[in-house]
Amino acid sequence: MEDNKKPTFDRKLLLDSAVEAFKKLDPRVQARNPVMFVTLVGAVLTTVAMVQSLYSGPFPLFEFQISLWLWFTVLFANFAEAVAEGRGKAQAESLRRSRVEVMARLLDKGSERKVPSSEVTKGDMVVCEAGDIIPADGEVTEGIASVDESAITGESAPVIRESGGDRSAVTGGTRVISDRLVIRVTAEPGKSFIDRMIVLIEGASRQKTPNEIALVMVLAGLTLIFLLAVSTLKLFADYTGASAGQDLGNLVTVPVLVSLLVCLIPTTIGGLLSAIGIAGMDRLIRRNVIAKSGRAVEAAGDIDVLLLDKTGTITLGNRMATAFLPAPGVTEEALAEASQLASLSDETPEGRSIVVLAKKRFEMRARELHPAEASFVPFSAATQMSGLDMKSADGKIARSIRKGAVGAIREQAGKAGLEFPAALEGAHQEISRSGGTPLAVAENGKVIGLIHLKDMVKGGIKERFAELRKMGIRTIMITGDNPLTAAAIAAEAGVDDFIAQATPESKLARIRREQELGQLVAMTGDGTNDAPALAQADVGVTMNTGTQAAREAGNMVDLDSNPTKLIEIVEIGKQLLMTRGSLTTFSIANDVAKYFAIIPALFATLYMTKEHGGALAPLNIMGLHSPESAILSAVIFNAIIIVLLIPLALRGVAYRPESASAVLRRNILIYGVGGIIAPFIGIKLIDLLITALRLVR
Amino acid sequence: MNVYDIIQVAVFAGLLVLLTPPLGAFMARVFEGERTFLSPVLGWLERLTYRLGGVDPAKEMNWKEYAWAVIIFNLLGLAVVFFIQVFQAHLPLNPNHLGNVEWTSALNTAVSFMTNTNWQGYSGETTLSFFSQMLALAVQNFLSAAYGIAVFLALARGISRKSTDLIGNFWADLVRCTVYVLLPLALIFAFVLVSQGVVQNFSANREITTLEGAKQAIPLGPAASQIAIKQLGTNGGGFFNANSAHPFENPTPLSNFLEMLAILMLPAALVYTYGIMIKDKKHAWVLYAVMLAIWSGGLAVALYSEHDAAARLFHGMSLMEGKETRFGVTNSAIWATATTVASNGSVNAMHSSLSPLAGGMAMFNMHLGEIIFGGVGSGMYGMLFFVLMTVFLAGLMVGRTPEYMGKKIEKREIQMAMIGMLGPGALMLIGAAVACSLPAGLSSLSAKGPHGFSEMLYAYTSAAANNGSAFAGLNANTPFYNLTLAFTMLAGRFVCLLPALAIAGSLAGKKSAPPSAGTFSTGGSMFALLLTSVIIIVGVLTFVPALVLGPVLEHMLMVKGMFLF
Repeated sequence: MEDNKKPTFDRKLLLDSAVEAFKKLDPRVQARNPVMFVTLVGAVLTTVAMVQSLYSGPFPLFEFQISLWLWFTVLFANFAEAVAEGRGKAQAESLRRSRVEVMARLLDKGSERKVPSSEVTKGDMVVCEAGDIIPADGEVTEGIASVDESAITGESAPVIRESGGDRSAVTGGTRVISDRLVIRVTAEPGKSFIDRMIVLIEGASRQKTPNEIALVMVLAGLTLIFLLAVSTLKLFADYTGASAGQDLGNLVTVPVLVSLLVCLIPTTIGGLLSAIGIAGMDRLIRRNVIAKSGRAVEAAGDIDVLLLDKTGTITLGNRMATAFLPAPGVTEEALAEASQLASLSDETPEGRSIVVLAKKRFEMRARELHPAEASFVPFSAATQMSGLDMKSADGKIARSIRKGAVGAIREQAGKAGLEFPAALEGAHQEISRSGGTPLAVAENGKVIGLIHLKDMVKGGIKERFAELRKMGIRTIMITGDNPLTAAAIAAEAGVDDFIAQATPESKLARIRREQELGQLVAMTGDGTNDAPALAQADVGVTMNTGTQAAREAGNMVDLDSNPTKLIEIVEIGKQLLMTRGSLTTFSIANDVAKYFAIIPALFATLYMTKEHGGALAPLNIMGLHSPESAILSAVIFNAIIIVLLIPLALRGVAYRPESASAVLRRNILIYGVGGIIAPFIGIKLIDLLITALRLVR
Repeated sequence: MNVYDIIQVAVFAGLLVLLTPPLGAFMARVFEGERTFLSPVLGWLERLTYRLGGVDPAKEMNWKEYAWAVIIFNLLGLAVVFFIQVFQAHLPLNPNHLGNVEWTSALNTAVSFMTNTNWQGYSGETTLSFFSQMLALAVQNFLSAAYGIAVFLALARGISRKSTDLIGNFWADLVRCTVYVLLPLALIFAFVLVSQGVVQNFSANREITTLEGAKQAIPLGPAASQIAIKQLGTNGGGFFNANSAHPFENPTPLSNFLEMLAILMLPAALVYTYGIMIKDKKHAWVLYAVMLAIWSGGLAVALYSEHDAAARLFHGMSLMEGKETRFGVTNSAIWATATTVASNGSVNAMHSSLSPLAGGMAMFNMHLGEIIFGGVGSGMYGMLFFVLMTVFLAGLMVGRTPEYMGKKIEKREIQMAMIGMLGPGALMLIGAAVACSLPAGLSSLSAKGPHGFSEMLYAYTSAAANNGSAFAGLNANTPFYNLTLAFTMLAGRFVCLLPALAIAGSLAGKKSAPPSAGTFSTGGSMFALLLTSVIIIVGVLTFVPALVLGPVLEHMLMVKGMFLF
């Protein structure tokens, strides 16, 4: 499902889309888009005019070609939409296959009976054992099992689902591969997660997003004013012709006026608008994120504040040993050796990191310890330490090494009448201040030093936050740590702010406060206690591993359960708007050249005398061959540009994390200035081509 | 063109810019109800007006209440102006014994002065009594300017306020603007004009015998008091038919310079007032720069066309036909561009006599929607439609829901901005199309060909943009033109005014977010460039076909040496 694994186009998709493009000529479909509807009406009018003149003279080659290209304009726009939809359809198809009808084992008053999965409704209890397909979305109420969720995530490794806690949600259509689960169904039939996904991917229920509605309004307004400009032009031309004593009727015809109109109305953006929207959702799905609405994607592009969990998002989540700090009179090497020994049987990530650090610093190889040589003392909550007792040959304890919380070790030393080295107090405070956790090591009761454990910030995350800052997005870290530790990690990771000792209430309060200030807030979460905050946030991304409550509360689900995904979601949201804006600018900028092509052509003969050429002939600055070739070239350019821009519409305009003014400058240069220049070149080239091919007089 | 012409333009623009901050700051204080140095002098008048009207100035309105207040106030004004004219023969101050005004003409004039258009289908000295001039027209000159400013104030408040539905009290805005700004300025300016020789009396026409021995009636009257507010309030309706080309309206080069300055002075200062009200002077200066740049560009085209293009054809001579020798070509071009960017509509030369491109430029200025400084108040709220549109485009291009002053620009604002932006243009095109296809429209033309077309296009352009200047030549005092132009003026005024108030209401209710690196700045050259492009491109795309068949064609024919009169 990776974005780059799949080719953007394949032959079958293109063929299917071509067929689909014709089906979409249905006026009811076209009526949804004012710009393309006007184009369709124009194509029909031109065709009628062409057929009429078919009876009254020689074959109307010019009118025929104009009609043809106007139909192409509509078809190309339909094609763009069909291609965008087609890319989602394949995905929907594979999902639909996973939604096969299975027999559910319904628990009814303690007894089990088999019913088709389509009859299972909200509140029912069902049982699933190894090999069963889970019949509907639900919450595990009993048991623990591994579940294969590859049908929805594409990830083949099974995941653990268990009752209680944050991993209790199961999705209909996934398969239990070990053990047994009792599940309370939480979705009505036909409204399951997969059903909703299919609908979203297919774009069938795609509703226009707020910005899209506003943009359609702009496009409709422009279409209306151009309709007026062109229809009044007919009357102006009649007056001018009458006044000059000339008949302009043979040039200012219906096909020509329709051509002018279609060239002026923003067909480029109008034709590609829905493709851009569908492709935006598709890009999200390709990154394994399911948005519950297009509105959420658009909102993602507007995010001002990002709330991120510390653990797993900003830090690796495991504390690692980074330094040995020996007590006076102890060498660092001796401390390292003792620490390594004490950690040999400690399988926690912390323990392993101590072994690794000792190896790295002093090339100490981890020894194999024979049970007769030593006994391992596991960590217990009561003692708050762990360690190892080395036995001498006679079986007596020769060395007793303990590592643990500073308080516990200090107490133990105190009992033995030994002092906690004063020199270590400073180091202890230093570690705490820097956000680390100190671990004390004692040998035979005597404190020999400290190990600095540190919450490791993920590589590259600081740069990520810097990018976000450039885009104007502030990051806030949420952590259960105390403020001191939180501040240190916040500084190291480069987040803008943090909430220490966070509770569900404090998260919610913070989101509300930011929203009061007019900020749009996004957050990720997985636990049930995140649900209120996820619901309050403007964009709430839930991990797929999260609870059902959390999944319901958020407006997006990340199937990969990758908390940094939010950053990509923001980018996709921005890219979606940028693509719309840039193509709108391009579309309108194109009109300048089209005027220069068509207006001189329309009135080229005005006040033409034997001595003088037409009065307005100097306006033909492109030097187009003839009025007919000029008009036809503009219409062809207008149609072809839609096809040429389909890849851009589907891919989105290039996005780089930059400040708004840098982005604006680049897009205006490319799509604004480029949009003015490109059609001058394009129309001239087409003019040369069709003249050479003798397609026009 | 010589160096004196350039100095003249530079002095004019320089003085305009210099006057802007003090005047703008003063108005901001007045409109926010703060004390100014005029409060002790004129405070009684403000309070008296409230008491007479039974108005509590502290009670604010939502946008609908505000809009209703504007509409009701204007309906009353319309009725008063209409009835004074149709009954003027029975009213005092009519030394020339002029009869009642024909009803279509009276309606046209009433709409015209109510909408701050001041289109004049009639000829002042032979149609209206002094009573009509003073109590109907001069009063409306003040009021139509004041309520335009009031609507702008409501919009500025909508933009700067947060999470409220109140946008100010219309009556308070109207009264403060009239009492503290328009009245004192007009009073001073009227005295200055009298000192230059503008007439101000109640005398009947004076019969004189000319050198050739012919009898001529010299019209007189209370002109200075009306001309002052006509220039200051972007009204433009002359006391005499010849407007400021008439020696009794505009006798000297100094009076000409001051009258020109008065055209742009208040609209320009209001941009600064806007900056203070929204607490973003930088953005206001950007708008100011855009306005100044577009006006200068148009002036450059007009000057080129008048001096250089003509010089090539006429052996080094400028086009003096239809222009006043005491002002010359350059002063006529400055005036023509200033009066058409600013919705004023007064003239000191006949626009019909401008060279084709200069006339076209005057028309194009109006096509832009009278937003380059524009009418008092209406220029700023019209400009804000374009600003919102630019913000919308730019917002999309940077990948963010568009924001203006921290407020999200959504469907509602865009819808209203589109109506305000394209509505006047639509009215201009429809009007001209109707006129050029009906005998009633064509029979009033004095020229044929492109010039005749320009006459019609100009009339509806001027009406829909609420400018009021005329291309002359066209006989507009016919029932057809009186009624269609009256409709166009009315629609042109409210198709902008009501959307502006709707936007004010919608924006006032929104929360405002502080700007971040993700929001693009509306205070920089990038925004200025984009805004200029949007303004020009919208104007060009809507009007190119029409302009090509009018001024452009005429220019091309002139260059070829073909004249069609």
